[in-house]
Amino acid sequence: MDSFLSDAREFVPILLQGVWLTILITAGSLVVSTALGLVWAMMRVSGVRALSFFAATFINVIRGIPIIVQLFYIYFVLPDFGLSLTAVQAGVLGLGLAYSAYQAENFRAAIEAIDKGQVEAAQTIGMGWGLTMRRVLLPQAFRTALPPFGNVMIMMLKDSSQASTITVAELALQGKLIASATFKNTSVFTLVALMYLTLSLPLILIVRHFEKQAGRR
Amino acid sequence: MIVLDDVRKSYGALPVLKGITAQVRKGEVVCVIGPSGSGKSTVLRCINGLESYDGGTITVNGRRVDRADRSIRAVRVQVSMVFQRFNLFPHRTALENVIEGPIYVKGEDRKEATERGRALLARVGLAGKEEAHPPRLSGGQQQRVAIARALAMRPDAILFDEPTSALDPELVGEVLGTMRGLAEEGMTMMVVTHEMSFAREVADRVLFLDGGVIVEEGPAREVLGRPQQPRTQDFLKRVLNPL
Repeated sequence: MDSFLSDAREFVPILLQGVWLTILITAGSLVVSTALGLVWAMMRVSGVRALSFFAATFINVIRGIPIIVQLFYIYFVLPDFGLSLTAVQAGVLGLGLAYSAYQAENFRAAIEAIDKGQVEAAQTIGMGWGLTMRRVLLPQAFRTALPPFGNVMIMMLKDSSQASTITVAELALQGKLIASATFKNTSVFTLVALMYLTLSLPLILIVRHFEKQAGRR
Repeated sequence: MIVLDDVRKSYGALPVLKGITAQVRKGEVVCVIGPSGSGKSTVLRCINGLESYDGGTITVNGRRVDRADRSIRAVRVQVSMVFQRFNLFPHRTALENVIEGPIYVKGEDRKEATERGRALLARVGLAGKEEAHPPRLSGGQQQRVAIARALAMRPDAILFDEPTSALDPELVGEVLGTMRGLAEEGMTMMVVTHEMSFAREVADRVLFLDGGVIVEEGPAREVLGRPQQPRTQDFLKRVLNPL
């Protein structure tokens, strides 16, 4: 135990550099996936067949390819086509794209769960598609989508570790580097696990809060 | 102001409207009665473009109703609608429901719209309920908010689609009373209803629909009091004496 504490004193500052990158990747890809997911979902419910088909195809392609392969593609293959991204940019973009597919399905389910009478009521006061979305459907869909959105946040935090495969020195990779240099596997990976847990704890509490709110309605 | 000329509509192979010709003049209250599945609600829903029709024409204030055209929004602002299940926006308060259209569709000044919204809620007997969300209101109160929401658009006419059918019996009166008030102020109304006493006392004219056609029409007292067609007589007998 004593040795663990002294190890912790030594390694935590280095691991914290990784934590910073983990948070950056998670937050960045959360923003990207939410924005893109909303776009896909709106295309799916737009009633325009071409848009709906395009979004559905994109979602299925993304869902059918492992995140790690998507990351390799963006980081190692896109440069061949003239698009070079830094490792962090590629990580944010890759995770953002991958998760946009799941987010889109959550949003779409939430929109489609709304009573059809809401759309009719909006139409009868003269609202067009955009206003109906913005003022009537999306505000109601967000409440339904919040609990699954919270789960996505937690999954993204953990999946940000996949960015280590394209050289982003986030928490997991920092841990691996220290462990292979010091052979103190137990101390290092226990610390890494504890740090992930600490990071997800506030997210877990947020999800619980969302679910309570949804239940109260 | 609302003119239907030989309006036809089918769901696939099933015809629901087989040539409806009717008119609603300014200031008139027209009740539409008939058995379920007769096409009453469909007629209403075609008038403001919630559903399309296959043949004939519908015009509102001389403008052809075409669900696929942008002009449908102007028609909908002129002809408001009140639904059987209220369809209030549950995430907004009573007052917000009422001022939503004036502010976001018509671009009215928020302060003026709010003042008018409060006045409209007071007019339907809901002063003091401005900040209540719909789930906290009774069915009768929700339907009166819906009527205030329709009025807020300053429509030329209001369509009512079975406005009391989803209400507990003791709440029907407050909604019908509000509607009678509107009729007395000269609002043009088309009302699909099963409330025969309302039709008899408030309607100028009654249309009896069955099987997608207008079987009988005329002044309320005549159609309801001395129906000429056997199908009308039969329907009224069943509605007025269910046992």
